[in-house]
This record gives sequence, C-alpha cells and structure tokens, in this order.
Amino acid sequence: MLARAAEPSLLLIAPTGGGKTLAGFLPTLVDLAKSSHEGLHTLYISPLKALAADIRRNLTTPVEDMGLPIRIEDRTGDTSSARKKRQRADPPHILLTTPESLALLTSYEDAPRIFAGLKRVVVDEIHALAESKRGDQLMLALSRVQALCPDLRRVGLSATVEDPAAIASLLTRHPDPCEILLADPGPEPQIEMLQAAEPPPWAGGGAAYAIPAVMAQIRQHKITLIFHNTRAQAEIFFHNLWLANEEALPIGIHHGSLDRVQRERVEAAMQRGDLRAVVCTGSLDLGIDWGDVDLVIQVGAPKNVKRLVQRIGRANHRYNAPSKALLVPANRFEVIECHAALEAARDHDLDGEPRGSGPRDVLCQHILIRACSGPFQADALFAEAKTVGAYATLTRQEFEDCLDFCATGGYALRAYDQWQRLVERDGFWQLRDPRAARLIRMNIGTIQDSDLLKVRMKRARGGKPLGEIEEGFAASLTPGDTFLIGGQIVKYEGLREMVVEVSRDAARKPKIATFAGTKFATSTQLSQRILRLLAQPDHSMLPDHTSDWIALQANVSRLPEAGRLLIESFPHDGREHVCIYGFAGRNAQQTLGLLLTKRMEEMRLAPMGFVSTDYATLIWGLEPLKDAAGLFDKSALRDGLERWLSGNALMKRTFRATATIAGLIQRNLPQVRKSGRQATFSSDILYDTLVKYDPDHLLLDITRQEAMRGLIDFGRIEEMLDRIGSRIDLQRLDRVTPFAAPLFLEAGRTPVEGAAQERILEEETERLMQAAGLAR
Amino acid sequence: MNGYDFTLAGARLVALGSGALYWPDQSLLCVSDMHLGKAERRARLGDAILPPYETHDTLSRLQSDLEMTGASTVICLGDSFDDTQAAQGLREAEKLWIARLQAGRRWVWIEGNHDPGPMDLGGTHLSELPLPPLIFRHIARAGQSGEVSGHYHPKVTLPVRSRTVTRPAFLIDSDRVILPAFGTYTGGLRSRDAVLCDLMRPETVAVLTGTTPRAAPMPRQ
Repeated sequence: MLARAAEPSLLLIAPTGGGKTLAGFLPTLVDLAKSSHEGLHTLYISPLKALAADIRRNLTTPVEDMGLPIRIEDRTGDTSSARKKRQRADPPHILLTTPESLALLTSYEDAPRIFAGLKRVVVDEIHALAESKRGDQLMLALSRVQALCPDLRRVGLSATVEDPAAIASLLTRHPDPCEILLADPGPEPQIEMLQAAEPPPWAGGGAAYAIPAVMAQIRQHKITLIFHNTRAQAEIFFHNLWLANEEALPIGIHHGSLDRVQRERVEAAMQRGDLRAVVCTGSLDLGIDWGDVDLVIQVGAPKNVKRLVQRIGRANHRYNAPSKALLVPANRFEVIECHAALEAARDHDLDGEPRGSGPRDVLCQHILIRACSGPFQADALFAEAKTVGAYATLTRQEFEDCLDFCATGGYALRAYDQWQRLVERDGFWQLRDPRAARLIRMNIGTIQDSDLLKVRMKRARGGKPLGEIEEGFAASLTPGDTFLIGGQIVKYEGLREMVVEVSRDAARKPKIATFAGTKFATSTQLSQRILRLLAQPDHSMLPDHTSDWIALQANVSRLPEAGRLLIESFPHDGREHVCIYGFAGRNAQQTLGLLLTKRMEEMRLAPMGFVSTDYATLIWGLEPLKDAAGLFDKSALRDGLERWLSGNALMKRTFRATATIAGLIQRNLPQVRKSGRQATFSSDILYDTLVKYDPDHLLLDITRQEAMRGLIDFGRIEEMLDRIGSRIDLQRLDRVTPFAAPLFLEAGRTPVEGAAQERILEEETERLMQAAGLAR
Repeated sequence: MNGYDFTLAGARLVALGSGALYWPDQSLLCVSDMHLGKAERRARLGDAILPPYETHDTLSRLQSDLEMTGASTVICLGDSFDDTQAAQGLREAEKLWIARLQAGRRWVWIEGNHDPGPMDLGGTHLSELPLPPLIFRHIARAGQSGEVSGHYHPKVTLPVRSRTVTRPAFLIDSDRVILPAFGTYTGGLRSRDAVLCDLMRPETVAVLTGTTPRAAPMPRQ
C-alpha cells in the first residue's frame, strides 16, 4: 500500500476481514505522523453508518496508542447538528462518512473551505456501492471534491468481484488509470448441498423440510448464519425453526424490516457470542464482524453466484481456515440451480450484469446539489461529470436535458418562465430563490423506501416498536388478522396515526406478512449453467429424486436447451395450459407472461392468468395453443410492450423512484414527513399526466430505460429471443409434464387484467354493502 | 347517467364517477377543490416544477361533465384555486376557457381556505350558498343537515382480493355529503382519519370515483 501511495487511484481487492480497511488508511497515518496537517486530510466513505462508527473506534485505538496527534471523527445522519456544525468550521484530519452525508457536505457554500487540503479518499465496500445509485451519487460528489482538490488520491476497497477492472473504472477519475492490488484470497471455501432426510418439495420457498437437518447443523457449530432471499421467507423459517428448537438454543432474526433497535440488539448479541444462529437476509451482509461464524447456510437457490461467494467468504476468516457453507434448495428445481451454483463457485465463474451508463436522475440531483453550493458554469459541471466513469459517455445533449429539467421542469409546454428553479445570470447557473436550498438538502439521497408503516405493540402510551411493513400489506389487513414479524405472531388491531398497532397472539399459523424484500432474479450466467447442466447426458451427480425427475421430463416431453425454446401445450383440469421455458429470470418471465397473454387475447385463445418462476411461465386459458411462432415475433412483442407499459404498475413504481431522486417529488418537507394526514397526491397522478400530455419528457424516458433493465427486464427477453432465433419446439401433450407440474403449486398468480379489475371491484363492493346491511 | 343516485334531505342527487355532484331537479353541477394553478404556486415557492398540465386537465373534465349533464348552474365548492395569486396567474387561454364554460350559466364560487377573496373571473362569490333543502359550503360543520361540502376531499382504500384499490370518494350519510377533490393534482384524506370518522355517521356510504362509481361502507377506524 505504502509503495503505491502516490497512485492517483488504487483498488485493493481482498476477502473481508483481511485488514484491508486499515491498509487503506496506512498512507494517511504515515503522512500525518511525518508532518502536521491543517484541516481535512482523508475522507473515508462507507455504505453503512454503523461501519463508519466501527472504523472510527478501530482506528482511534492504534492512533492514540502511538500518541499521534490525529483527530478522527465520523459524520452520518446520526451525528448531532451541533457536532456537524463544528465539523464544518473545523474539520478533523480523518472524516468517516457515507455517500449521502458527503453529497450534503458538497452542497454547502463553504465546501471549498471544508475540503481545502484534502489529500486522500478511501471508499470501503465499493463493490456494494458499485451496484446501486448510491455509488453513482458518491462518484459524482467525488468529482466535485476532486475539482476543489485536484491532487486527491483515491483508494477503493472491495470484496472479491468478477470484474475488478469494472470497479476500477468506477473508482478512478476518468480517464486516469487505476492500479489493482489483489490480496491472497485465502483457502478455498467448502460449499456443499445440505443432505436432508426428506426430498425438497416440488414448489415453494419455505424449505420447511430441511428444519431438522438445519437444527442438527446449528448444534454442531459455534455460530451459524442462515441466509434467506426474502424477508417473508426468513420470518417463516425462523418461526418453524423455533417450533423445532427443543433445547431452546439462542437463535435470533435479522432483516431490513425489523426495528433498528431490535437489529442492533441481535448484532450485539452476535458479537458477544451469545447467539448460536441468526436467521437473516442480505441486511446482515455488511458491517458485522463475522469472526466467529463457522457455518453459513443459504436457504433457497442463491440466484447469483457472486453474492453467494461474497457471503461465504466472510465466515471463519479469523482462523485462516476455509469457510464452510451449505446450500439448501427450497424445491426440486432449486436442487438443479444449487448444483449449478456450486459448480460456478468452484470454477470462480462469478456473474455480473452490466449496469449501463450513469443514471440521469442521479445527475439531476447532482445538478441541484451543485446549485445549492453556489453559481456554476454548465461547461465546468459537464466536464466534471464526465470524469465519473459511469458518466464518461454522457452527451452534452443529455446533460443539457437534465439541466433544463432542474431549471424549468423541462416540459414541452413552457408555463412559468418567471418561476424557474435555476436561472442563468452572466453565464452562471444559480438557484432563483436561495431559500430553495433547504428543501433540496433535505432530500439528498437515492435510497428508496417504499411506503412503509411502523408496527408497534398496542399500549396506552406507544408500545414497543417491532419493525415495518409495506403500506399496501397493512391496507389489506382487517382487525383480527395475524401475521409474523420479528419471529412472533401478532394480531392486527388497527392503524393509528400511520402506525400499525398489533397485539400478541397465540395462534400457531399466521397469515403471512409480505415485505418489500426484493425477489432477485436468477442471473443470466447461472441460467446458462443450468441449461448446460440439463444438456449433459448423465445427471447422476444430482440426488436421485431430482435426476429421476429430469429423466421423466426427457421421456414424457423433452428437456429445455440453450439454443432453443421449449413450449409445452397441454390440457389440465378443464383448462388449456401453455408452459414456456425461457430461463430468463423471474422479472423477465413475468413480463413475458404479461406480453404473451396480451398476444393470446388478440389470437382469441382466451388466456385467464399466468404464473412465473425464474425458468418458466405457465399460462392458462380456454383455447389450446397450436402455433407458437406467431407468438414470439420480436417486433410484435416490442409493440405490445410499448402499449402495455404506459399503464403499468411497475412503470409507476419505477417512475416514483426516478421522480424522487430527480427532485420532482420531495420525500421530506420542512414541517413534517408527508403522511396521509396531509392531503397529498400520489406520484401516479404526475405519471399519468406526463404520459397524457408530455410523453417524451425526460423523466418518462429515464423511467422506461430503468424499467427495461429492472423490474420489467425486457433486456433479458430480447437476449432470450436472440438466443433461440426461430428454433421453437412446441410440444403438444395430453397431460401435465414433470417440469410444468411445480408451476401449478407456485404462489403469485397474476390474473389477466383489464375488464377483470373492474369486475372484481364490483363484486367486492357489493359483497361489502350486503355484509354491512347497506345494500339497496 | 353513469352515477350513484342517492337522496339527501329529500333532494335527489347523483354522485358522478368524475367526482362531481349532480342535482338534476335544479340542473346543478357541483365540483370541489379544483386547486387550479397548483403547479404555478409550487414553482413560485421555489419548489419542484410540476408538469404544468393540471389546469388544462381539470377544466377538460369539468367541460365534459357540463356537456354530459347540460347543467345550467355550476357551484365550485371552494379551493377552486391553489391561492389567490394562482387565480391571477392563469394563462390567458385558461381564463378564456373558464369564461366560455361560464357563458349562459349561473356560476358560483364558494370561498375556500386557499382562495378566500374574490377574483377577477366572472361568476358570483359567496361564503356559502343555501339552496333549500341543501346548503353548500366549503368546510363541513358538525350538527348540520342537508350539507354539501368539500375541503377534506376523502379518499378510500379497499382491500380487493390480495391487493388494494385506493380512489377519491364521496362520503354520504343522512346529514351530509362530502365531495372528493375534482382537481387533477389534489390528493385526498384517508377516510380512516379521525376528523372524517367523527364527522360521519356509522352507516356512511363511500362512493369510489372511477369509470363506474362504486358504493361501499366507509372504511373507518
């Protein structure tokens, strides 16, 4: 590290716990020990507030032991405003902060003075930031800081990634080179599939069958972490685990919807070694000392090999022993997926989806932040933005569109020229009303909470907070309903001032809680591996129950192949069914279901509904499919997409995020947080208005682009269509096939929309009026 | 007519799917809380600049309700403008549009908390309008009967199968009707809010706006 201290950018890739954070600070400490320094010397950025506080403690001890005159402070959303004020007036030598707090610092008019003398910046866990808009915001903020301090040196610290060069190009000031240091990765991890007495079920994600085997593993290890893909699954598994926990081993739960106090309690108990196991989701991925964890269990297929490897790599590092992990497939198909993931991990074949160019909504926010700090020239800000790797290909036109959006709203109809948000005077852009800076600063950030409501025990004076649930889920509850949160079954009592009040309930079987937890789609690379595995002549490396199932499918119908598309058509239970094995991942298969049912409606096949998994979509309806080629015409599908997109809920959800980041919608207002008590209108109305009157607006353009990659994932449908060409195999069969059978058990069926929703609403309101005795 | 028929203090009324209230016997159309010029006001205050299409959209919907009903009297039940300055700030074309809608009709602006004073647009300005057996005012008062008001512009969320539907809604009981907002950018207050629960009788019916208005018991706490 010291030998390379003068490099403009340096990326250090090492498994977690290898002391890489301290290594990142080494040049700073040497520099500060050698000679005194006025003001800020080094910035440290981490994705987590808790990590910043941890590092402050870990760094302060050796510095004080050596008697070095170095001031180290952290600055996050939790820091008091008095302290923040003092930090601005008199910055410490080393400031530990988060991307959002850094962006806020750059928004102050005295930013040049705050950052004067800054020499180095250390970006920790950059691999985690690289996958989100938080990383884009950070790099834009750093481009600003670098403009203030041209000699700034950058250091990135990353876990193992598939493409170090991609992370390096994010870190560096474009087009500066970035040297990459690869640390010894340590011994190979031991990953296996968990052997349970029972075979996994045909469908579902609960993995309840594996509870006894998992309990046995917990008994044999010091600390076991049990990862789940979704919060709901973690809750259910935790509940079932405790039902089987006869010795009452201390087992905790940790996920992003739980109250912060509860999460911190579990983290502290884990550090003290008081827990034998923690059921968790990705929220535990970062920021925890995993030293004593000696087993990682992943329940459900990992969906993404890179994430699996990063998780496993954290365990057991204290002893330089190999980390140990077990995969628990939740259903029969996941046995195949887990096997493919094991192979990929052994081959070091990590997956990564290319992220595309820098998101423009984040750029819009950056422009507003820049305006808060004082007048700026468009040329200079454009040049700065282009030094960020993700924005290196940004065109002047794209930049001007973003600037225009910030200044005037960017609408086709120019209504209120006198009320521009930004105005240009003598070649310098600035806030028309400097008081607007307050609102902009209050809304800095790119993290999107969907509308979550706090859950509390019902008490006379505010009971214990338990966590949060989605507003949509809360609205579907009626008093007396039970659901799981934080491992306990609670009864819904009512909603009071935007807090969900619950009481304890002794029921054994809850109505299931749904959380915002993302359902990850199986990565492209992993899907390809699964197809290759199916193509092998022999499947004896898989458990018998699974290889028999594959053999039966090959016998009855045929197996899906990489270069072809298998479609099965068969009658079942009085309905016609079509099963499409696209292997395009859950989101794309869901979109495919929506598009194909639209096409089938046009073809008068009377589709009624569909369900999707990561590998297939099952559609049911009244008429049999006889010709598949017409169904998969790429341009027809794209046309259908265009028509279907504009009214779609996923688009509206994507728009809400984009409009919030770009500053059209404020999450935080000076008085109080927006709540139902104030009469607010939803982002859906803005979306509908733009679609109707200004369909080419910048925010709609960004929304379409994001949705294509994210929730709608049309990119993977196109990738699939390119892969299969015209090689479509339509198998007409007289009954359900072995591979299609599990789809019948899958939850999350989507009825075909349109007239259906009005009809359901009519039925429901009539039922309610009858029940209330109000019917006429 | 695509509406929900009901009787208030003996007057036969129709709650339209658009959020407007129609009184056929008086050939009277009533809309509330249009908040015209909301985007202009937000921009003026240095806030984000909203798509400036809401006045156009709101007036279009008002025009189509007028064409459908042929109403000869229009009552705007308050908060017709986001503030007094927003009323002055309307574009010329929009002012002319309002004048066209007013032509040949009796037009009453009821004062709201956002737009208390008179504006330089045609029509009569009143703090409230009694038209027995009904009375039209902006904010509902407890203990009144035959009262038509806006201000709270309720919205209602109904669980429908495994999802929910949220829509602006009329709240109707034997004493009063509270109108949903007619303005494109005007939001709503949840029917579960204490103010509405206190104001409305237990047997209150909520009429959800939409292509076809749908009646349901008012969700409350």
